[in-house]
Parts: sequence; structure tokens; C-alpha cells
Amino acid sequence: MAARPLTIIEKIWNAHAILEREDGDTLLWIDRHYVHEGSNHGFGQVAARKAEVARPDLTFGIADHYVPTRQRESRGASAEIRNMIDLLEQNTARHRVSLFGLDDAQQGIVHVVMPEQGLTLPGLLIVCGDSHTSTHGALGAYAFGIGASEVAHVLMTQTIWQKRPKKMRVSVSGQLPEGVSAKDLALNVIAGLGSGGATGHAIEYAGDAVRALSIEARMTLCNLSIEAGSRLGIVAPDEKTFAYIEGRPHAPHGELFERAVEEWRKLPSDEDAVFNAEMAFDAAAMTPTATWGTSPEQALPIGARLPDPADIEDETKAQGVRAALEYMGLRPKMAMSDISIDRVFIGSCTNSRIEDLRAAAAVLAGRRAVVPGLVSPGSMLIKQQAEQEGLDKVFVEAGLSWEASGCSMCVGMNGDIVEPGQRCASTSNRNFKGRQGPGARTHLVSPAMAAAAALTGRLTDVRPLLAGRKP
Amino acid sequence: MKPFRTLEGAACPLPLANIDTDQIISARFMKRPRSEGGYGQYLLYDFRFDEDGKARDFALNDPRYSNARIVIAKRNFGCGSSREPAVYALADYGVTCVIAPSFGDIFASNSIRNGVLPAAVSEADADALLQSAHVLAGLPVRVDLAQQTIVAGNLSVSFDVPMQWKARLINGWDDVDMTRAHAGEIAAFATKYESENTWALPKR
Repeated sequence: MAARPLTIIEKIWNAHAILEREDGDTLLWIDRHYVHEGSNHGFGQVAARKAEVARPDLTFGIADHYVPTRQRESRGASAEIRNMIDLLEQNTARHRVSLFGLDDAQQGIVHVVMPEQGLTLPGLLIVCGDSHTSTHGALGAYAFGIGASEVAHVLMTQTIWQKRPKKMRVSVSGQLPEGVSAKDLALNVIAGLGSGGATGHAIEYAGDAVRALSIEARMTLCNLSIEAGSRLGIVAPDEKTFAYIEGRPHAPHGELFERAVEEWRKLPSDEDAVFNAEMAFDAAAMTPTATWGTSPEQALPIGARLPDPADIEDETKAQGVRAALEYMGLRPKMAMSDISIDRVFIGSCTNSRIEDLRAAAAVLAGRRAVVPGLVSPGSMLIKQQAEQEGLDKVFVEAGLSWEASGCSMCVGMNGDIVEPGQRCASTSNRNFKGRQGPGARTHLVSPAMAAAAALTGRLTDVRPLLAGRKP
Repeated sequence: MKPFRTLEGAACPLPLANIDTDQIISARFMKRPRSEGGYGQYLLYDFRFDEDGKARDFALNDPRYSNARIVIAKRNFGCGSSREPAVYALADYGVTCVIAPSFGDIFASNSIRNGVLPAAVSEADADALLQSAHVLAGLPVRVDLAQQTIVAGNLSVSFDVPMQWKARLINGWDDVDMTRAHAGEIAAFATKYESENTWALPKR
């Protein structure tokens, strides 16, 4: 009998299953565990048990959530913040875990740096105490976010207990039009699925439009999987993936790389593999998109008008729309393009890679922003590359501030916050109430759309601004 | 971990969908050590207090629910960030059961590890509980994990919880102890896996 056709999700799962209990819980082997300042609760549990880190060689630390983007020499905006960075340094040193620390040339955001360093590879099982760990799926890794108790468990055992997820395939056909990016694609997928639509599922992204995306763009797409409720999103590795990985510092080299590629070629889902759910989207029909509300599912094309709760039948949904309009200070049926913007943020694990910076700079070049903005590259190496390409000058000449790398204004932990009541066009991943600071109002957009908003002071269709320019 | 069998106490109605973990505990509180007074004081803080720290008109500030042991909400409770401090905030406040039609995956998994039961009910049952006069009066609601039932006065509904999680909660099992019982199998797996997949080890 021929073997049952398998999805990439099942193939990686099976390769890491140590044992399965009768109740279906499976103990999985972990190839990489990434830790950051927020992992201190996990390290605390290890200390409370007087335990050791089982595999420091498979554990990598990075300072990102609390690091200052300006005045790095301060080592943090307050004593409490500095303490978070100190704790990470102490915990990693104590357990002999390598750390990309505040002063390292390779420092940056965990979901940017680990792929950049060649630590994230196809077929690996990767965890991190951060829900955007789904990002690493862009390289064909099975990667998901975990909580502090699970962090502690992985530190002590290099394993994790999991239930098999259901499998969802999100197929995107066609070609994204010019000016429409992976961020717009992801926002459309989330709006289509709903913010809890993929809960309990692992998503495989497939189809021509996904294959056409660069690795950086796939990272943006996979990054946002959790905003549809899915703990992980994955794209089957292909020639682009292998080319991205080859030569990176911690990736296999030479003959070992060739052998790895042979293994990676076996990963894509088998032709007849069965998914529990199939969703289809048409890339060609998508336009630049932004969120207007307080859930990532509340996203609309830039040419649309806001919903009116009076028109919505589902009472829970109508109530959500009413509450979001009120918090955001917006009116039903107003045009998306009439929403004014007080500032922009270009950064975060979603959109801070070199391509993102290039896309924003292409819109801003030779133009002047009418609102303030912060640009925080995804890693210090990306910052360096952008400066070699002269992108920093474009941002600064446009009037935006060009700073160091970290999670920054996506989550405001380091003190980079949006003032109460202010409205920010942000390339980050969450428009939750208060996410960017108490009372802050967030509109999620692509880097190009953030640049367009900076130029006009309102949500703006970037496409006319790209006319005659190389995107 | 303390076993979870039954629970009886007031249930705080939060008739909202998509209460994300940023709402349950704001990032700005997470740099404070939990050992200093617990995280219960930060639970749903921006719902409870305005910019000046004045109490808002919000269920948890209502004397009927201020000592709640249970929270009832609408769909997708605990979506978003993986922050386990969201569960610490509930547990430290005294809430050890959340009733909702669905939960964020990571939140639910974190709950189990802290003895907090995420009880999944149908949308209709969530609405019935949220509108129940018994619940609204702040009278005790009874949750029975073995039976998977919730009783609020004359209203009785059943709830779902994955059986693996049910066993963990009822027995108070600790993951790390459970895993250590398999130390031999883990070591054997690691040896075989790493010899067959040398490429998977990070290059130093």
C-alpha cells in the first residue's frame, strides 16, 4: 500500500515526534529555541526548580522587546526597562546561551535576525515565547509562539507537548498588482478568515501569488498568521529559500548544505495531501489595504468606506464595530482615505526588512512628510545595509527619524509610544486598543502605504505616488 | 500544581468578543516583578480605570463581580500576544475559569499550565449565561470539570475542554515532571535525530 500523502505540516511534525500519549498529546523535539527579555518568567521557573538549560547550544537569546532605539548608551529608558535587559544578559550568561545583545552588530528583532543569521532553516521545529514566531514558517520551518511555562519546559527538556493541529491551506492565485504588497495580502487574508478564523489550525500558504513572493515578503505573510488565530503559517521551501539561506553565518555550509537541500526538497506537501480546511484568495483583485478598527480583521481597501454597525446582522460583530469606531474616533461610512494620521511607524517583525525599507523609501524619495515618523530597521545589519544604499538619507530628508533596531513602537515596551488619542499609520501587526501606548490609535498598513500617509497626513492610496518611480 | 475539580463563585460578565491579551494585561505592566503584589492589580486595567486612575463604569468594578472567580466572555477570548502574564493577571486576581465560545490557542495552553480552566461553550450558551439573572446578580456559579457542566441557578450548560487538558487540570499534573519520566526516550531520540540530521545543528 502506498504511503498516505502528507502535508508539509505533518512531515515536519512526524520527524520531531518523540512519543505520543494515548490521549493524543505528542512530545516534540525542538531544533531551535529563541529567547528574549520577556523570557525571564521562563528562566525564573527554571531557577525555582534549580534546573539547568538542557541544550544551550540550541538556544539563542536576543535583546529586542525593551531595547532603546535612540540613545543606546542609556541601555534603556528607565531603571525597570534596563533591568529587563540585564536579566536577559544574566540568564543567558548563567546558562551559557549565546546572546545577540544590545551592543552586538547583529542585534535586532528576533524574527528578523534568526533567519538573517541562518539559524532558521526549512524542516526545523522552532519555538519562541512570542506569538509572531510564525514568521519563521516563511523558510519552511514549523515555528510557533509559546507561553512562559512552555518556555521553561523547553529550556529544561528541549521538548514540548502539543496536540496535532488541524491543517488549513490558504491558496492565493494570480499576481499582486503594483503597489500591493505581502502586507496587503495578509490583511486581506485575515479579513477573510476573521481574527479567530484559523484558531486550532496550522496554515500552509500556497499558490502562484505566494510562490512569487520573496523570502522577506513570505516572512511578512507568515508573521501575521497569528492575527487570524493560527499559531503557525508555513510556505514550502523552494529555490528562493535555498538561495536565501546559502552562505548565512550559522547555516550549513558546503557539502552539508547540499545534503540539507536534498532533505528540504522532500518537504513540500504531497500532491494529494488532505487539509481540514481550504481557503482561496485572488491576489489580482487586491488593492492597498489598511485597518480602521481595533482588531486586525477590521481591514478594508483604501478606496472603501467604513462599515455602519446598523447594517450588521451579527450582534456580536456589530457591537465590536461600534466599540472600535468609538475608540478610534471614527464615523460609520466615512471614507478610508479621509482618516487623518498624526504620525507613522515603519518597523517591527512584520515589516522592517531591507525590502520594506526600500519600498517606503521609493515613495518618500525627494518628498517631504507632513507628520513625524519613526523608522526602526529590523536588525542592525539591515540598518547598515540601508545606510550603504542611502535609504537613511531618504528618510531623514523626508523628515522621519532614523533609529536603531528593536520592537520599538509596535508594542511600546521600550518607551517608544504613540501619545493618547494620536493616530499612527504603522507597519506593525496589531491595532489592539492601547497596543502602541495607552489611548493610541493604530492603522496597520504596508511600508509603502505608511510612506504615503506620511506625505499626506491621511490614509492614502500609494499607487498614484508610485507613478514613474521604480517600486 | 493544585488539582482543579470544581469551582464555585461569582462570574463576571464581559459581553465582548476578541478580548486580546494586550487588554487582559498591558505591556507596560510586564516589566514589574510578579512577586510584588501579583499581577491581579493589572487585570483589564484600561477597562477598569481611566487615564487618571479613576474607576470606570465596568463590570469588575461592580461589587457584585469584584470578587469574581469566573469570567464569561464572547468569542476568541485571549487572542493575540503569547504573554503568559495575561493568565497570571487572571489567576492572581482569583479567576480560575474563563467561559467563552472560543479562545486564543496560546492563551488556552498557558491557562492549563497555571490551573486556569478555559471552558468552551456554544455561542448560544455563552449568551444565555451572559443574560442569566443569576449571573447578573453575582450569585455563585458552579463549574464541574469532571462532568464538564456549568450551573448558574436553573440554567445548566455543558462545556468542551480537550481531554489532554482535562486530565492535566484534574490531576494537577506538572508538564516537566511528566516529561522527565520519558528522559530515556528523549535522549535516544536526540542521539538518533542528530546523527541523521547533522545539517540541523547550528553551525558555530
